[in-house]
Amino acid sequence: MAKKFVIIGNSAAAVGAVEGLRAVDKDWEIVIISDEPYHTYGRPLISYLLFGKTDEERIKFRPDEFYSANGVTAMLGCTVTQIDAAAKTVSWSKDDYTGSLQYDKLLVSTGSVPFVPPMNGLETVPLKTPFMKLDDAKFLQEHVKADTRVFIIGAGLIGLKCAEGISKLTKNITVCDLAPRILPSILEDELAKIMQNWIEQNGVKFMLGDTADKFDGNKAVMKSGAVVEFDVLVLAVGVRPNVALIKDAGGDVNKGIVTDQFCRTSLKDVYAAGDCTESFDITSEQAKILALLPNAYAQGYAAGRNAAGLEDKPYDSAMPMNAIGFWGKHILSAGSYIGEKHEVFGDDGSYRLICRDAGLLKGFILIGGNDIHDHSVLDRAGIYTNLIKDKTPLDTVDFESIKDRASLKGFAADARKKKLAGVER
Amino acid sequence: MRRVFVNEEWCLGCHLCEYHCANANMGGVTAQDMVRNLRGKKIHPRIRVEDGADGGKINFAVQCRHCYDPMCVKSCIAGALTVEDGVVTHNPDKCVGCFTCVLTCPYGCVMPDGDGKVVQKCELCLRNKVGAPACAEHCPNRAIVYEERGTL
Repeated sequence: MAKKFVIIGNSAAAVGAVEGLRAVDKDWEIVIISDEPYHTYGRPLISYLLFGKTDEERIKFRPDEFYSANGVTAMLGCTVTQIDAAAKTVSWSKDDYTGSLQYDKLLVSTGSVPFVPPMNGLETVPLKTPFMKLDDAKFLQEHVKADTRVFIIGAGLIGLKCAEGISKLTKNITVCDLAPRILPSILEDELAKIMQNWIEQNGVKFMLGDTADKFDGNKAVMKSGAVVEFDVLVLAVGVRPNVALIKDAGGDVNKGIVTDQFCRTSLKDVYAAGDCTESFDITSEQAKILALLPNAYAQGYAAGRNAAGLEDKPYDSAMPMNAIGFWGKHILSAGSYIGEKHEVFGDDGSYRLICRDAGLLKGFILIGGNDIHDHSVLDRAGIYTNLIKDKTPLDTVDFESIKDRASLKGFAADARKKKLAGVER
Repeated sequence: MRRVFVNEEWCLGCHLCEYHCANANMGGVTAQDMVRNLRGKKIHPRIRVEDGADGGKINFAVQCRHCYDPMCVKSCIAGALTVEDGVVTHNPDKCVGCFTCVLTCPYGCVMPDGDGKVVQKCELCLRNKVGAPACAEHCPNRAIVYEERGTL
């Protein structure tokens, strides 16, 4: 009988695992089990969906035939309630039905859950939602009309992408954050201010250094004492790795699910990948939560391949990496901002930071200018990303020739030849 | 599978490939099409010539390597980049222009298109009217070639 690989989750890490396993094996039976009822879709696309740049058909992360073509049984709308690692089963429920599934190998790719700090009276707010899933976007589509007052708690990536997403539906958007600046997890003060000005020019109002203390129906009383009246509340304070199943099953959990370099948890034959895990950031050399889609896919891919029995694919390339844009102004960043800094504020509103430490490129931030059709600052950023990822010694690269414009010409002739005159495997 | 390679010792740095690339990807085939498509416009070719490597002596053209393990495909948040018969292919209809692929391509060969609403990349001219890489066909010094090669 074919061995069975059960995957909990249906997003990037899960799809990566299917493709990673199928790249080396055709025989394993694969079951995807997910609490969402939808065909796999790109989670970060929900803001673009609201903005009208895509639609429910086009957000599909893989084609309609993905499951059948890969021999996947998709149990959608089923919530896994428990993992029994000793018996190698998972229990699930759907509406009034319950059941259990036997597995040979299990992948937990359960993503993140919204983090909502205790706020008095939150239960009295009639219309409120997090902003992580397609259903959250549908909720906003249904309830946000012209002039609807939307109050977003949290000026991080999720809160601000939500603001952009609904900006064609209403012009009445206020975002607050306890931090004194926006995008606190990825930008320092001055850069945050640049982005804040840009977003304000596009009609979003901010209340920074302040957050809701208590709610009473459609009214929030802020820590500062200010009162905000709203119709719809979006809770985007933060997210946490969804570790509950592994924790309850007795697996090691730190900030996220703990895995080894082959994506194995401490539970036998149980792997984990994606936003629910803790990763090892190769640039800061620290364990971190790197809840980012490219990392999730790569980790899932490695997990799938390893689960097939090869155990030969370490997941060892994780690092912070963000491509984020608001109203045409883009930020591309990767790595850690440590060591010697090369920094350029452009007259056109653009910004460039390149950081190197101990002979290696460690991190960069590139921000596009105010002319949203000019992307020259962002040009070819992946060359920098890969210098970081590959830990290319900078003494083999002419740094001066690439620091203000990414290119391959600063690479040594033999490295260039390898890249361009043959096929890299 | 055939790919586009550049023999950098033969590249003159004339940038003609960039014009042929831009023309081909605007639906043009002939020199007349090129005049009509490109006159007075800023071009957005998918191949880029780099000038002045090795102390100014060397020029070379770069475009998508059609990787075996394409980072752009693996990091695309929209499922807009796929591998079709070995060719890394972009679907602008699904692309939302997040530029994650710009951030991850090791060669810098996935780039914002002229409008910046989506990205663009070399698809070997297999989906435009030219049907085979226009850059290689029109390279005056045969520095750019379209052929099958192995790993170096």
